[in-house]
Amino acid sequence: MIAQLAVEIPYWGQSLLRVVGGLVAVLLPAGTIVYLFLFKMMSFMQSRLGPMEAGPFGSMQLFAEVGKWLQKEDIVPENADARIYKIAPIIVLVSTFLLVVVIPFGPDAWFTNFSAGVFYALAIGSVSVIGILVAGWSSANKYSLLGGLRAAGQLIAYELPMVLAVVGVVIQAGSMNLQDIVMAQNTGEIFGWSGIGFPFVLTQFVGFLIFMIAVQAELTQAPFDMPIAESELVSGYMTEYSGFRFLMFFIGEFATAGVFALIASVLFLGGWGIPFSWFGWETIDQVDNWMNIAGPLIMFTKMMVLTGIIMWVRFSYPRFREDQLQRFAWKVLIPLSLANIAVTAIVKVVV
Amino acid sequence: MTMLSERQQLSYIASQAADARLNVELETEGMTLNIGPQHPATHGTLRIIARLDGEQVIWAEPSAGYMHRGYEKLTEVRTFPQVTSLINRIDWLGSFANEVPFILAAEKLMEIEAPPRAQHIRTILFELSRIANVGLFLGDLGVQMGAITPVFLAFRDREYVLNLIEGATGGRFHPNFDRIGGLKDDLPQGWIDETRQVMKKLRGFCDEIEDLLFGNEIFQSRTRGIGVIPADVARQYGLSGANLRASGVDWDLRRDQSLPMAWDKVDFKVWTHPDGDSWARCWVRLQEVRESTKIVDQLLDTMPAGPVMAKVPRIIKVPEGEAWVSTENPLGEMGYYVVSKGDLGPFRVKIRSASFNNISITPWVLKGVYVPDIITILASLYFILGDIDR
Amino acid sequence: MPKLPGLIKGLGVTMGTLVRTVKDGANTVQYPHAKESPPVRARGVIALREDNCTACMLCARSCPDWCIYIEAHKQLAPPRRAGGKPRQVNHLDRFDIDYALCMYCGICVEVCPFDALFWSPEYEYSEPRIADLLHDKTKLGEWMETVPEAPALEVGAEKKK
Repeated sequence: MIAQLAVEIPYWGQSLLRVVGGLVAVLLPAGTIVYLFLFKMMSFMQSRLGPMEAGPFGSMQLFAEVGKWLQKEDIVPENADARIYKIAPIIVLVSTFLLVVVIPFGPDAWFTNFSAGVFYALAIGSVSVIGILVAGWSSANKYSLLGGLRAAGQLIAYELPMVLAVVGVVIQAGSMNLQDIVMAQNTGEIFGWSGIGFPFVLTQFVGFLIFMIAVQAELTQAPFDMPIAESELVSGYMTEYSGFRFLMFFIGEFATAGVFALIASVLFLGGWGIPFSWFGWETIDQVDNWMNIAGPLIMFTKMMVLTGIIMWVRFSYPRFREDQLQRFAWKVLIPLSLANIAVTAIVKVVV
Repeated sequence: MTMLSERQQLSYIASQAADARLNVELETEGMTLNIGPQHPATHGTLRIIARLDGEQVIWAEPSAGYMHRGYEKLTEVRTFPQVTSLINRIDWLGSFANEVPFILAAEKLMEIEAPPRAQHIRTILFELSRIANVGLFLGDLGVQMGAITPVFLAFRDREYVLNLIEGATGGRFHPNFDRIGGLKDDLPQGWIDETRQVMKKLRGFCDEIEDLLFGNEIFQSRTRGIGVIPADVARQYGLSGANLRASGVDWDLRRDQSLPMAWDKVDFKVWTHPDGDSWARCWVRLQEVRESTKIVDQLLDTMPAGPVMAKVPRIIKVPEGEAWVSTENPLGEMGYYVVSKGDLGPFRVKIRSASFNNISITPWVLKGVYVPDIITILASLYFILGDIDR
Repeated sequence: MPKLPGLIKGLGVTMGTLVRTVKDGANTVQYPHAKESPPVRARGVIALREDNCTACMLCARSCPDWCIYIEAHKQLAPPRRAGGKPRQVNHLDRFDIDYALCMYCGICVEVCPFDALFWSPEYEYSEPRIADLLHDKTKLGEWMETVPEAPALEVGAEKKK
């Protein structure tokens, strides 16, 4: 990837760049989401100002919180399965890092370019279930156990509509490579007009909705937050965690929100690209190098819009009951996404 | 009959034993879940012991008393004015409403009646505390079901009501404004106009909550048909207030009994709902807040002039006798049975608080529901822990 | 007009509140920087006018949680008129209110027959040590400066004698 840049970077430099890039790609969205949406948007929706003291408009609040969490004691319950209990938050956080790996941020700014990137993303996306289930089981707490079981049931139920919703996009793009999907959207044209490219959200709107609902459930945000359900299960699978292990869950939750929003923007909103016809590009090789800088910014903007919607819904809705959630997944979302696939496939073959 | 070799017999026995073991293993054991005494959903220290089969409750029982403060005993060693300052801590969200029935009982024993202006102001403050109490319930409902925003809106608008109560009485939560024979003081200037504006704001709040929560399809699916209490069961368990009205029983002490209060001077509708489920209980309360704002508006328009205190001796001695007065408090029927031996303080006071009777139905209504529904049913039954434990 | 689904309406309410908060400011008060002024009648802290107190103990006796401590001794005061006999008065040695116990019911202020106790809406006197909440008579006397005038009454109220 680096070869096309003006400067030649040695291998260790590339590795360093990737590590730093990965950290930035996970932590920066998480921090921004927490500050902008969890602290400020939620507060404003509730007619209050939110944190105002730490830094200008409370912008340093997050660092204060992190400092607070790091100071706290790392408590392991006596009956807990200590080793597994300690590993659980790491599994959750690592799955987020693994997920960000496939996302293309620019024509050359990617970590890896899997040819089956979509497949990889969806597979890795469910690794966090193991972390959550393990956390719920090893805490030796009934609330945690119920939370973990709920999480497992819910995440598996919503994994399916998510996969099925993505299949529509894959059919339309004709590729499972995320970079190709971005290309397909930005080089496409609507009835010969290529002014805005061809973002798949237009044709795959049903798939987009299903995908966003599934993401909402996958992230365990309200109205699908039964695994945490603070009024029923205290804090679900996180009940016993404290200190930096809780912080890991917390970062994992919001970083995953950011990463899933990134995936959604790649799949449905055109990813890092701007319609290529604006600059007369036709293939990926013609794209200018400055897109490697502009691309991540465009992605970031799209991600913010999508997470904004996720959080807006989260702050407005009450939560479903467990059985209602399952019914919704199996009886509404899955048939709908299957129908979506069928229609997409027929149209694809006919056109 | 075929002869089995010893070896075959032994293997047969072993397989039978394995089957039996398997059966024992498959018979899942219920799990006992202790909800509370410290739990975010019980707003206080109510403990609910639930035996679960999976997520289904097969047996549940409330265990009250973690915050018992012994009010009935405390009243025995205090004088009548001191009792008033204690008992408004029973139901801490609608505290003025706690004072009224006790004062009325004492007045009944002394055979005096508060002047009409005092009765009017009493009724207004009573309805204001109902609005403050039930208004917070409407927001709290959201929190119990996972929506975070409604409770902040409820706190925001309850603040207006509390400011009104503070402006008139001096105390936001514990007014201690009611005296035997009338009120401590008259209203400060400008209070009536301010109240009119706040009532308008609160009607807006009711609309907002209706859009945000009651109209929400998720909320409806969580409450409709959940925790149904038929009218006869509700009566048998001694439910009162909105819980009873939501079961279709047209029962309201404000209308049904004549007290020296101003409710007979206004016309208001007693809302009932035929369903008896969680939704009905929430909906009836929402309508009651609206109705209360209308009652306050009407009372403000017809405020009589005059004194707010009847002629009472400086040192109050209540003559010997017994009296029972109950009123329609925000949570339901609340009553005091006051026994006096002609002393400075009561000889014995029996407090009938609404929440204690309202949660007595939980073992019946929680049977067979799911864990998340425990929370919605408890939320819709609406109890204040101080009102249970006293 | 077809009925909007409740889900959309709910989103509208939260967005409406957001817009209103951005436009008109929040309903909260940023406490240490801005302060709400409590109503005149607010029961914040009890102020003592020492000269009026006769140590009659009415307040201490009527307090429901017995948080007022009074000690006094008798002494002879100079006569009111020249040539008269010296009067015997109660001199206040100690007048303490333990705000750690006080439940702000206001009965003491009400029973005081000599106008020695007043309510002040002042509320900022929290202490890191609970023992410091015991206010002695000098501290209670300092609160007198913050006591407001009694508010005018609403129309239709009976005039005070």
